[in-house]
Amino acid sequence: MCFAPGFLILYFLLIPSKMSSFNLLQTRRQFFGRSATGIGAAALASLLAEDARAADDPLKTAGALPKLHFAPKAKRVIYLFMSGGPSHIDLFDYKPKLKEHFGEDLPASIRMGQRITGMTSGQKTLPVAPSLFKFAQHGKAGTWVSELMPNVAMIADDIAVVRSLNTEAINHDPAITYIQTGSQQPGRPSFGAWLSYGIGSLSKNLPAFVVQISQGSGNKTDQPIFSRLWGSGFLPSEHQGVRFRSGSDPVLYLSNPDGVDTESRRNMLDGVSDLNKLAAESFGDPEINTRIEQYEMAFRMQASVPELTDLSKEPKKVIDEYGIDDKMVDGGFARNCLLARRMVERGVRFVQLMHRGWDQHSALPGQIRGQCKDVDKPAAALVKDLKRLGMLDDTLVIWGGEFGRTVYSQGALTKDNYGRDHHGRCFSMWMAGGGVKPGITYGETDDFAYNVVKDPVHIHDWNATILHLLGIDHTRLTFKFQGRDYRLTDVHGNVVKGLLG
Amino acid sequence: MRCTLSALLALIPSALWAQGKVEFNRDVRPILADHCFACHGPDDKARKAELRLDKRDAALAVIDLKKPAASELVKRITTMVKTDRMPPEKFAKPLSVAQVETLKTWVAQGAEYQGHWAFTAPVRPTVPTAGEGWAKNPIDRFVAARLAKEGMAPGREADKRLLIRRVTFDLTGLPPTPKEVDDFVADTSADAYAKVVERLLNSIRYGERMALDWMDAARYADTNGYHIDNGRDMTRWREWVIDAFHKNKRFDEFTIEQLAGDLLQGSTIAQKVASGFNRNNMINFEGGAIPEEYRTAYVVDRVNTTATVWMGLTIGCAQCHDHKFDPFTQKDFYQLYAFFNNVPENGLDGNRGNAVPVLKVPDPQQEKKIAALRAEIEEIAKRQAAAMPEVDAAQAEWEKMPRDAKTEWRQLELTKLRSKGGATFTLDKDGSTVVGGPNAATEAYTFTFRSDLPKLTAIRVEALPDDRLNEKGPGRSVNGNFVMTGIRVSLGDGKDAKPIAVRSATADFSQKEGTFDVASVLKGSPGWAIYPQTGKPHHAVFELTDAVTAGQDVTVQLQFNSHFASHQMGRFRVSATGSPTPHQAAGLPANVGAALKTEPGKRTDAQRNELRAYYRANVSPATRKLNDRVGEINKQIAEMEKNTPDAMVMQEMPKPRDTFMLVRGQYDKKGDKVTAGTPVALPGLRAMPQAANRLDLARWLVSADHPLTARVTINRYWQMFFGTGLVKTAEDFGTQGEYPSHPELLDWLAVEFRESGWDVRKLVTLIVTSATYRQSSAMTKESFGKDPENRLLARGPRFRLQAEFLRDQALAVSGLLNGEVGGKSVSPYQPAGLWEELMSRSDGANWTAQTYTQSHGKDLYRRTMYTFWKRTCPPPSLAALDAPDREVCVVRRSRTNTPLQALVLMNDPTYVEASRKLAERMLKEGGATPEERIAFAFKLATARAPQDKETAILKRIFDAQHARFAKDKPAAEKLLKVGEAPRDEKLDAIDVAAWAMVANAILNLDEVVTRN
Repeated sequence: MCFAPGFLILYFLLIPSKMSSFNLLQTRRQFFGRSATGIGAAALASLLAEDARAADDPLKTAGALPKLHFAPKAKRVIYLFMSGGPSHIDLFDYKPKLKEHFGEDLPASIRMGQRITGMTSGQKTLPVAPSLFKFAQHGKAGTWVSELMPNVAMIADDIAVVRSLNTEAINHDPAITYIQTGSQQPGRPSFGAWLSYGIGSLSKNLPAFVVQISQGSGNKTDQPIFSRLWGSGFLPSEHQGVRFRSGSDPVLYLSNPDGVDTESRRNMLDGVSDLNKLAAESFGDPEINTRIEQYEMAFRMQASVPELTDLSKEPKKVIDEYGIDDKMVDGGFARNCLLARRMVERGVRFVQLMHRGWDQHSALPGQIRGQCKDVDKPAAALVKDLKRLGMLDDTLVIWGGEFGRTVYSQGALTKDNYGRDHHGRCFSMWMAGGGVKPGITYGETDDFAYNVVKDPVHIHDWNATILHLLGIDHTRLTFKFQGRDYRLTDVHGNVVKGLLG
Repeated sequence: MRCTLSALLALIPSALWAQGKVEFNRDVRPILADHCFACHGPDDKARKAELRLDKRDAALAVIDLKKPAASELVKRITTMVKTDRMPPEKFAKPLSVAQVETLKTWVAQGAEYQGHWAFTAPVRPTVPTAGEGWAKNPIDRFVAARLAKEGMAPGREADKRLLIRRVTFDLTGLPPTPKEVDDFVADTSADAYAKVVERLLNSIRYGERMALDWMDAARYADTNGYHIDNGRDMTRWREWVIDAFHKNKRFDEFTIEQLAGDLLQGSTIAQKVASGFNRNNMINFEGGAIPEEYRTAYVVDRVNTTATVWMGLTIGCAQCHDHKFDPFTQKDFYQLYAFFNNVPENGLDGNRGNAVPVLKVPDPQQEKKIAALRAEIEEIAKRQAAAMPEVDAAQAEWEKMPRDAKTEWRQLELTKLRSKGGATFTLDKDGSTVVGGPNAATEAYTFTFRSDLPKLTAIRVEALPDDRLNEKGPGRSVNGNFVMTGIRVSLGDGKDAKPIAVRSATADFSQKEGTFDVASVLKGSPGWAIYPQTGKPHHAVFELTDAVTAGQDVTVQLQFNSHFASHQMGRFRVSATGSPTPHQAAGLPANVGAALKTEPGKRTDAQRNELRAYYRANVSPATRKLNDRVGEINKQIAEMEKNTPDAMVMQEMPKPRDTFMLVRGQYDKKGDKVTAGTPVALPGLRAMPQAANRLDLARWLVSADHPLTARVTINRYWQMFFGTGLVKTAEDFGTQGEYPSHPELLDWLAVEFRESGWDVRKLVTLIVTSATYRQSSAMTKESFGKDPENRLLARGPRFRLQAEFLRDQALAVSGLLNGEVGGKSVSPYQPAGLWEELMSRSDGANWTAQTYTQSHGKDLYRRTMYTFWKRTCPPPSLAALDAPDREVCVVRRSRTNTPLQALVLMNDPTYVEASRKLAERMLKEGGATPEERIAFAFKLATARAPQDKETAILKRIFDAQHARFAKDKPAAEKLLKVGEAPRDEKLDAIDVAAWAMVANAILNLDEVVTRN
């Protein structure tokens, strides 16, 4: 008996909840993405028809989604995440009237009894602290940007500033977990993991989801971050973000041990491959073929990753434009920006930069100067560089943190110094490229930059919008776990139409 | 051909469905649950059109049994009118053609409902007769019957070598030794295999292996998880679990002790430690976070974990609303919540390691030493109680001294006030100091004064109430309490400070609950607290060992380092006295004061004893020394206990907290009050006392008619040995979970397990000795095509070894493995800087687990289950191999196959070091020829001899590597430096390096990383 479809189907019927044809496709696609799930997807794939995957279908994905839900504007994302919560009041949300209220207690009509953190809830007063920094309008759009971000100001016509972001969380752990996973409590997959799962990688030699971390110069004792922010939650663990680091091993365990060169690794792998082929013959398990493939990809990564991280062939002009220098006072942020561009050029789907140091409870003016010096130039250079390469159209660049900061000072307020506590009721982020309407400012807050008064964008809306730009209906990228179809936006989120180009 | 199949997939199902009898639980419920219940299910708040389809009576509103095809339900799922069609387009879950056919057939067949199979207690089914001649036990009969129905037959038995490797990994997490393999192969007796299983089950390695699985379920970790992710120590709990499996504790007892060991009558230390299962949850102390928000999260986590592990229920869905698919209401959720809501814990805690409630669990040696010191205290107490006529005479004189003459206390003017935690100080008119500013988790107030008393003998600290404080103080905590844990007095300040010992402490009042006695300030723990007497002034007197003469600067530090975070004094005043008996007036304990007021002749015996004890311990210069010795011993004990690991345990508050439903699950939106109880849809708590507690809950879970516990448990063990459970969704036995592949077998095993006395080892034996388990895992294209996931079990299970087993195998075959059992977690090789890039703090007095300090020596080679588990940055080589992050309960790991795993196994120093040590073994123990050496290593790793062509390939690797290293000896030497295990200098570097590459190849073979 050669091939017996009847039995195959019979089996599907007997275990109905598992064996929908969707699940079969999903299993197969995970193989086409990066790997199998343990049931020998390779063989399964070879048994199945290439139904929805016509080679030239622009909606096809390499992940669990059979097809994108609409034509994607963005094919990849570079997320410049500012960990700690940048002060919207000092960067993008210009409030000229605040000067008149210097030192006055925040009006109850503005606070409206909202909860504030335990760090300032005991303060006798909540004195209004206007920004020390000058704002000006930039570009044809007239976008307000503070003097702390002179280079970002120069790309004002390429970005959409959103001033009406909001979140319920008021502390770091829940807030950062929330914006990255859609839930304040741990356990859910991160944004990049959802994409890796849903639409897979564009590259055969690089992972779909990469994370790079840098410690900013503003505040060296900043808030911790956690691997759950790029974790896979309940998704198969292959979707977790791969941490790229500076140094000789950009990817953990990438390099051969001391004394072993490429040639001897190749020799060893050839032997392993031959032996595994023998095992495949005797066990007949297609998973073995998958393993052979994974070892080959590992070997390819040993070449492709160093090629990726080698900046020596980048023109000096580019290096300078990003502001990369050897001292790395920015913790490597500028370098990571350029690497991010090189990654998306080579097919990485989602690059997440985590730049730490934004948690400025005290001495904010000094700290934020340092932080902005770290990120302003490279972030602007990245957008310009992508534009020059013609990649900005389908690459989405996002800049922002987990929340904003309070208009009132934490601790003493003086003429030239103040601190700001966490503030989730409004904060600012910007995006560029990837189908975003450029040169706009979206959403408004009240005179105290405390509450959203127009066009609120909840973080679920924000995430829904990003998925939309990628061609994904956020309500339809789901994973069944514990009987429930989970999604990044939980049961919330509306695409912000006003941000779409 | 491909197109044909695709078409078949779409068409054949409906045809087949139409012919057979549709079964509601197997065929229909999953469709309704997934596509309809969200709007037409149990959740009445989400219900649309007042229609529910989860109950037959209600569903008949849209089902016409007489004219099935004309039923509204059928019309709605088949209409071409988009706006009428169900499910609605925007719900984005359209029914497939096959599903529509199934529903139509079901309606045509009478729309019969069944209760959800998993919610009725299992009844022992009749064992089928199938499998005659093959079956070794009833498991096989069920499997054979099912296979026969599919027209399939079971496979042949696996080769003995392969089988012993499989079962050894499954039962111990380690490979068999070559001798174990040879013995088994040579043993031709009928019970040879049974003997192997018996040997493995008796090994402590079996206890470890079973514990490892339980650690995933229990979300065990060595750090607290949220935010700063400080270290914690649940070593003792882990040891308890290993021991419990090793001793084959009945699973019902295991359950009771894990969930409620603390509540058992006269519970032992071990039983209390066991209850730590539900203290393994994550804990937060992020500055500024709101305590109740997190305390709520801890309780929610306990409900979810307990429901998943014992019942396979996704009850967490009912935290915010009635369950969408299963018959659980939000009230059910909060009734379970009430069981776990009475732990005397803090919302924000864990900043100093383990969080209250904790229990000291000394090891036997420590226990002995402490017992000796305690004996000495008793000895002193006896001496203190002995007849001492001179002392008694002096006491009589002392008693006559006028009691109303109060000790004169002079208020001190404090200078150089400073705070460790950033608090601010304001001096009030009454000489008191008011504390403001940040209220850090822990604190120390330091100040200086100059006294003009000729001989300063004691310091009095008054803690004063203040309207601005919670509950009027005097503490700054939420309830007005404080916990003073230490006092340091010195002459001068800074480096030249000369410490002055404090010999005794008394207070007007010390908190009884938790015995926060003022005397413990001298030990540093637990400290002095005053709850519930908040809102009132209190004072403590600290007597100095040596009096301070006038005119010197005295610096005092009041310390607040309790587990109870942010329990500082909010207003205090400090005075001094020169009285030689400073405690007399000020700090006389109430009972002593009362005794003194009573005329000597009228005193009771008890009063006389109390008075004498007090006098001798605190007043008499002759006997005070003995008391001082007691103080010293207590300090020593405290010091030892400080180094004694403690374990977080469960505990009930004397007065349980009220539990409320939380609107949309939000901690600050209280709804109706509820009391502890079990879900209405499941058999209830029977013969319950008035207020059911955790112990009742645990007993309910293991009661004979509980429908879930036994099924869920045996399913997890099935999954352990077959890779997939009989119910694939091991975490979900609800209506959305998968229907069992072998429902009768599941029930038979569940009943067998329960009736065997919840005997885990017996269950495991039954599984691994079955013919089903012993089948060869080899497959053909045909057999794979029939059953890719091997759910019908016509072959043996084959899957990659889990992360921990892979490393343990490498350590074992290389001879590096350190088999110590239990103890603290260790820190093997890890790429530098991984933690530090994420953390912001360095290790210090309070924070730990911020910087990675790699272990050395034998601690590098402990079994992987003892690897230090940092939740915010789990061990990277294990994470790459599908180990979960242990933030939340996991009962089913994912199993992936990725290039990053290949990189780990090729390049992680652990595996490279193991390769070179295995190479040394090949040279020293493996015989003289390359072929022999290859066979030696190959057998260590696979339990079988290599075939000639395999030997040839490995020899090819050796030859090429040897040639290369011969040309580049420094490269060989470099390779041999990987890892800290010293190399055997007697062996030739080139040989060892070349063989190390062969060993590296062997350790990366599919057959080696897989249990076949």
